[in-house]
Amino acid sequence: MLSPGTRVALFATCINDTMKPSIPIATVKLLERLGCTVVYPSKQTCCGQIMTNTGYYKDAVPTVRNYVDSFGEFDYIVGPSGSCVGSVREQHAMLARWAKDAPLEEAATAVSGRTYELTEFLVDVLGVTDVGAYFPHRVTYHPTCHSMRITKVGDRPMQLLKAVRGIDLVDLPMADQCCGFGGTFSVKNPDVSIAMASDKARHVRSTDAEYLVAGDQACLMNIGGVLHRQRSGIKTIHLAEILASTEEEVWVA
Amino acid sequence: MSPTRERLTPEPPSWLGIPPFPEAVKEALGKAEQRKNLRHATGTIRAKRVARADEVDNWEELRTAAAQIKDRVGRHLDDYLVQAEKAMTDAGVTVHWARDGKEANRIVADIAKAKGVDEVVKIKSMATQEIDLNEALEAEGIAAWETDLAELIVQLGHDLPSHILVPAIHRNRSEVREIFRTEMGTYGTPAPAGVSDNPEELTAAARTHLRDKFLRSKMAVSGGNFIIADTGTLVIVESEGNGRMCLTLPETLVSVVGIEKLLPTIEDLEVFLKLLPRSSTGERMNPYTSFWTGVTPGDGPQDLHVILLDNGRTNVLSDPVGRAALRCIRCSACLNICPVYERVGGHAYGSMYPGPIGAILGPQLRGLEEERDRALPYASTLCGACNDVCPVRIPFTDILVHLRHKVAEYKSSKHPTVEGGIMKGAGWVMSDGKHLASVQVASRAAGKLYRGKWIGPMPVPLAGRWLQARDVEAPPTETFREWWKKNREGGQK
Ligand code: SF4
Repeated sequence: MLSPGTRVALFATCINDTMKPSIPIATVKLLERLGCTVVYPSKQTCCGQIMTNTGYYKDAVPTVRNYVDSFGEFDYIVGPSGSCVGSVREQHAMLARWAKDAPLEEAATAVSGRTYELTEFLVDVLGVTDVGAYFPHRVTYHPTCHSMRITKVGDRPMQLLKAVRGIDLVDLPMADQCCGFGGTFSVKNPDVSIAMASDKARHVRSTDAEYLVAGDQACLMNIGGVLHRQRSGIKTIHLAEILASTEEEVWVA
Repeated sequence: MSPTRERLTPEPPSWLGIPPFPEAVKEALGKAEQRKNLRHATGTIRAKRVARADEVDNWEELRTAAAQIKDRVGRHLDDYLVQAEKAMTDAGVTVHWARDGKEANRIVADIAKAKGVDEVVKIKSMATQEIDLNEALEAEGIAAWETDLAELIVQLGHDLPSHILVPAIHRNRSEVREIFRTEMGTYGTPAPAGVSDNPEELTAAARTHLRDKFLRSKMAVSGGNFIIADTGTLVIVESEGNGRMCLTLPETLVSVVGIEKLLPTIEDLEVFLKLLPRSSTGERMNPYTSFWTGVTPGDGPQDLHVILLDNGRTNVLSDPVGRAALRCIRCSACLNICPVYERVGGHAYGSMYPGPIGAILGPQLRGLEEERDRALPYASTLCGACNDVCPVRIPFTDILVHLRHKVAEYKSSKHPTVEGGIMKGAGWVMSDGKHLASVQVASRAAGKLYRGKWIGPMPVPLAGRWLQARDVEAPPTETFREWWKKNREGGQK
């Protein structure tokens, strides 16, 4: 357990910052409710995954440098995204090595070792699974590939969700199958991506859930985009938003 | 045989005619029936694999051991090859070296000609597919007959294989019946009149058709799953028994084996014989495992040739990241787990190595000069399911990203690309929060324009592709960065 008021640096991630600020806002409120002092280094941007995974290492190295500059001084860096945290941990040192920048590699390794995905931080560092959340809705959980296989968050999200009061959690069929987003995959191979996202949406619809929850906004945007086009009425929500929601402060109207 | 036929064997289509992956998938995605079959077939085998892997206590240790053995072979490949050559030669095997497919094909054809044979029976083999041996032999007037049931379906169907282990996975029973009915008679014993699409009847038809070829053939061609370096033992695993027919009946056996297929000792084999059948068919043990250490008078082939094939493998070995692909034992677990393969099947990958292993091995063996090979490293969502399933722990996602980097370098070395420009721009934006904030002005403006709405189909490049089947929520009118300033830093703008 951490002492009250522990300083936690929020890694908001570029997509959440720009497209879905409600997720980092929820993260801030949740962490503050749990007694942390949240800091937001405004120099931060992105994990560099778009450039790295498309093959443009040279253009990704500045993001590694910027990440180290932004977060180097903190003991705990927390991001509400399995994918971006995975990229920091699995790719930053590799990119620095590629750039033949030994000091950067050392710094990137150190900083990435202090970077946590939100549910890891809650369960492993803060030692809580019941965060006092209240969310009286029917919800199904999509584990997302990068959370599950790259960052290996395991069943932590489930532990947290199960402790939410009022929630009706239903299993998602074929939950561990990819939704077909894959960053630039959805642009380079749009037809396969759509086929995969449509199957995922079909499985989500079969649960009759009101909400699809996940720890990665990019996947939610992909699946949610199909669900919306199909006028399914199923909404997507990030795990942080469910955990931030309490009886006193209901997150979604 | 019909006198008007110009070829000895059914003519297959060419891989070269298949467009790059993003285009090639369109045809496959349109085949609802094939998608259903693939979903069912890969789903069934996935479940079996999990059950069989789970009953082995030390599965994860076995995977590590297998990876380490294969890596050791790679590190000392020169020594093991020389050792294997000597052991095989001492046991009476004629060892040949082939730099590429052309050389290997030449050697096989020359052996056949020296023996005076004009037809050979074949055991299912990826190496001979890789070098297009059947077509090379056809050009020399030698008929090569596939004897694996699925390969036979593919061959008689003038088709291309679409899976490493189940080459005809894209065909259903009624299609198989049709192929047998119309083609078998042209190339040998015809299928019985009125053969139904019952699997037993179809198998019986294949057995009769093949029996005649087994009994007649003087020469067999195979690949090889493993060669034990210290004893020179060739190991072939299979599940139908057709391989054993090829291995025991003909006087001459020619095996084309990739140079990465070596194992130091027979003890190392134990690890692989546990991993391979469980990973590939979800069985505890494969039905037939044959070991040939040289020749034995009066038993099996009396003349045994092993062709050690490079065909790009030493290039793969020279790449410190990509070389892990050479650990592959061709179990096909990565195909069966891959969500992309499940939807598009094998032909879209444009080579006999489809799925995740095809996406990393093909471009490494063939190089990046062709567009189809440059597209393959992108034929994955990087979901990582293949990483977890591969019995030799090939780090697919790392290699895919590494190859994408090579592709990006290749492309920008030719001329500046739009993608390169976008990535450069993104690199600048993401190099500092100030830059990102300045760009967010535009997203906020769009947010104000669309306020709370969803954005539907739009005729714009890139985004338009996304919006074909998905809507997108309009960006917010306030970024997180601004919210933080207002709400946590005293409201100053
Ligand atoms: S890459 Fe691994 S999983 Fe795929 S076929 Fe080879 S050994 Fe099997």
